[in-house]
Amino acid sequence: MESLFQNIMNALQWGSFYSLIALGYCLVYGVLRLINFAHGDIFMVGAFIAYFAATFLMGTYTDFSFGLSNPMVLLLTIPITMILTAGVGVTIERVAYRPLRNKGAHRLYVVITALMCGLILQHANLAVLGASRRSFPDLVERSVYTIGGVTFTNLRVATILAAFLVFAMLYTIISKTRIGMAMRAISYDRFAIPLMGIPVATIVVITFVLGSSLAGLAGLLYSMSYPVLEPYMGAMIGWKAFIAAVVGGIGDIRGAFVGGFLLGFLEIMVVAFFPSTFRDLIAFSILLLILSIKPTGIFGMAQTTKI
Amino acid sequence: MILGCFFALGGQGEYSPADASDTITLGFVIPLTGDIPKVGESSRYAAEMLREEIMAQGGLEVGGVKHELRFIYEDNESKPESAVMTMLKLIDRDRVLAIVGPQSSKQAVPAGQVANDNRTPMISPWSTNPDATLNRPWVFRAAFLDPFQAPVAVDFAMKQFNADKAAVLFALANDYSKGLAEFFRDDFESKNGKGSVVAFESYGDRDQDFSAQLTKILSAQPDFIFLPNNYNEVALIVRQASDLGWTGPFMGADAWGSAELMTLCGDLCKGHYFSTHYAAAGATGATKDFIEKYQAKYGYTPDDVAALTWDATRLVLEAIQSTGGLSGNLRNDRAAIRDAMAAIEEFDGITGSMRFDDEGDPIKCAVVVKINDAGEFEFTESVCP
Repeated sequence: MESLFQNIMNALQWGSFYSLIALGYCLVYGVLRLINFAHGDIFMVGAFIAYFAATFLMGTYTDFSFGLSNPMVLLLTIPITMILTAGVGVTIERVAYRPLRNKGAHRLYVVITALMCGLILQHANLAVLGASRRSFPDLVERSVYTIGGVTFTNLRVATILAAFLVFAMLYTIISKTRIGMAMRAISYDRFAIPLMGIPVATIVVITFVLGSSLAGLAGLLYSMSYPVLEPYMGAMIGWKAFIAAVVGGIGDIRGAFVGGFLLGFLEIMVVAFFPSTFRDLIAFSILLLILSIKPTGIFGMAQTTKI
Repeated sequence: MILGCFFALGGQGEYSPADASDTITLGFVIPLTGDIPKVGESSRYAAEMLREEIMAQGGLEVGGVKHELRFIYEDNESKPESAVMTMLKLIDRDRVLAIVGPQSSKQAVPAGQVANDNRTPMISPWSTNPDATLNRPWVFRAAFLDPFQAPVAVDFAMKQFNADKAAVLFALANDYSKGLAEFFRDDFESKNGKGSVVAFESYGDRDQDFSAQLTKILSAQPDFIFLPNNYNEVALIVRQASDLGWTGPFMGADAWGSAELMTLCGDLCKGHYFSTHYAAAGATGATKDFIEKYQAKYGYTPDDVAALTWDATRLVLEAIQSTGGLSGNLRNDRAAIRDAMAAIEEFDGITGSMRFDDEGDPIKCAVVVKINDAGEFEFTESVCP
């Protein structure tokens, strides 16, 4: 029983990462009907940006020390990471996706472009920084608590809270603000919307800013929990988060959020109750089953207003 | 494809007459990128250091003729399929005399088949899975085997931790990790009774979260956790176990012994033990010389891969020397080198003295090291077959 509660805790943490990444997939898909396969690698770039921002602020590269305490470094690293990662996402949109969209290319070509962007990010990292792994510095003092047989760290609680907070904020932006309304409008009909005087290009950029800064935040939180960074770290988790977003009902951010946690729970619980060898086999068979019963995903509806 | 056939056909002929200007070419199939890049780096550094040392003396003397040495370093990306590709490239296109590598069993097992099929001598410095050399007369290795390493770990853990319950966490897609985990389980259960391995858990490729497996392991309350995993995963596992409240000991295997382990793992790895090929802290004689030279040149203490690559390369070069002269016919020379390697009676390497058994596996000792408070790998005990 204790280990069940422990596993729920584990699943909440692991699901948080899937959810944070799935939200980014979902935002871009919702607005542009584009599966941004580079998203997992933007997450990886976010983790590296966080690493360099944190080590720079700690004075690793300069003789001059900023004299900041570790919590202060973390506090500064969060916005720096989010802003710079958003910059990477917007650059990709500008360089790769927008020209294709302006030329009216078929959606397939944009997806292939996204895949290529992901590979470019991975291999650019490999070429520039080398294959050695990096160890993310401990920015917060780790404390381990045990309550009623369930063991958790302060970091773990912060990660789970951050995921819920981000979801709440994003949900508010999309359902309550004018920008959110414009995003939903573009999702509804991209061709009629410019006629209403809505600046489509700006809204698309904002979408990428939101999606990529979420990936950056996820990268930072992830590398604090799993402090071994390498160029391919985004690929697998990105694909799985994408699957989670589809099962949740891609295009609906509630779906992405729930889908992320669903996959997290499946992966952890399968290990808890079956031999760990069967983890991915069973977890993804269940997801397949869900999709074959409800092909549009848990929150999905067939091609109406989404996001 | 056509090009490949062309090279394959051309591969068996003359390569060049043996004269003073002739070069001896060896191939290295090592992981310069991928999961364990530090392993590739150590291998290349060690080989390069050896080559420079020999070239400083004017080259390698074979049958009274000094030869220039050329080492070709190919990246196997830490993947089995890339290892096979690079093996073929080195054998057919670069026409190497012999191949050193691949390092991990994951690549060495398939690569050994390629070497054997193409009648090219290969020596893996670091692979410990028996399948790499099994029934392959052309394949050798410089490291001891997992069936030997596993009992070393079992005996040490039973004695050191008074253990009669063990847990194992291994990487399913890694031949090395899976094989060693199974040898360990079998040996531990034969000494402590069935069911004494209370948890036997695995994880997949590129996994970074092990909390579910560790929760299962911790609730089974083992006396220690055996981790036959690569150093990068060790760093994550040890940390997550401590997050879940584990304060007990870990026992590791030779894949822990990388120079990068301590930068990734930090203080959490201190105080744990692993079985390996040599202990850098407190070494003497030729081993000490090697460590000092390497440290001066590259700025860090060489790990076991570096030491084993040095020994493996020297084994090949010694075999080349004892052929008594190269004919210039690639096929005959490769065969002569293979025979000379198999015939080595006694080799005094920096990882200990050894000779090959009938399978091409060395008969040599293993050591258990402790990661001390300074983060050095400190000699604890040595176990000989």
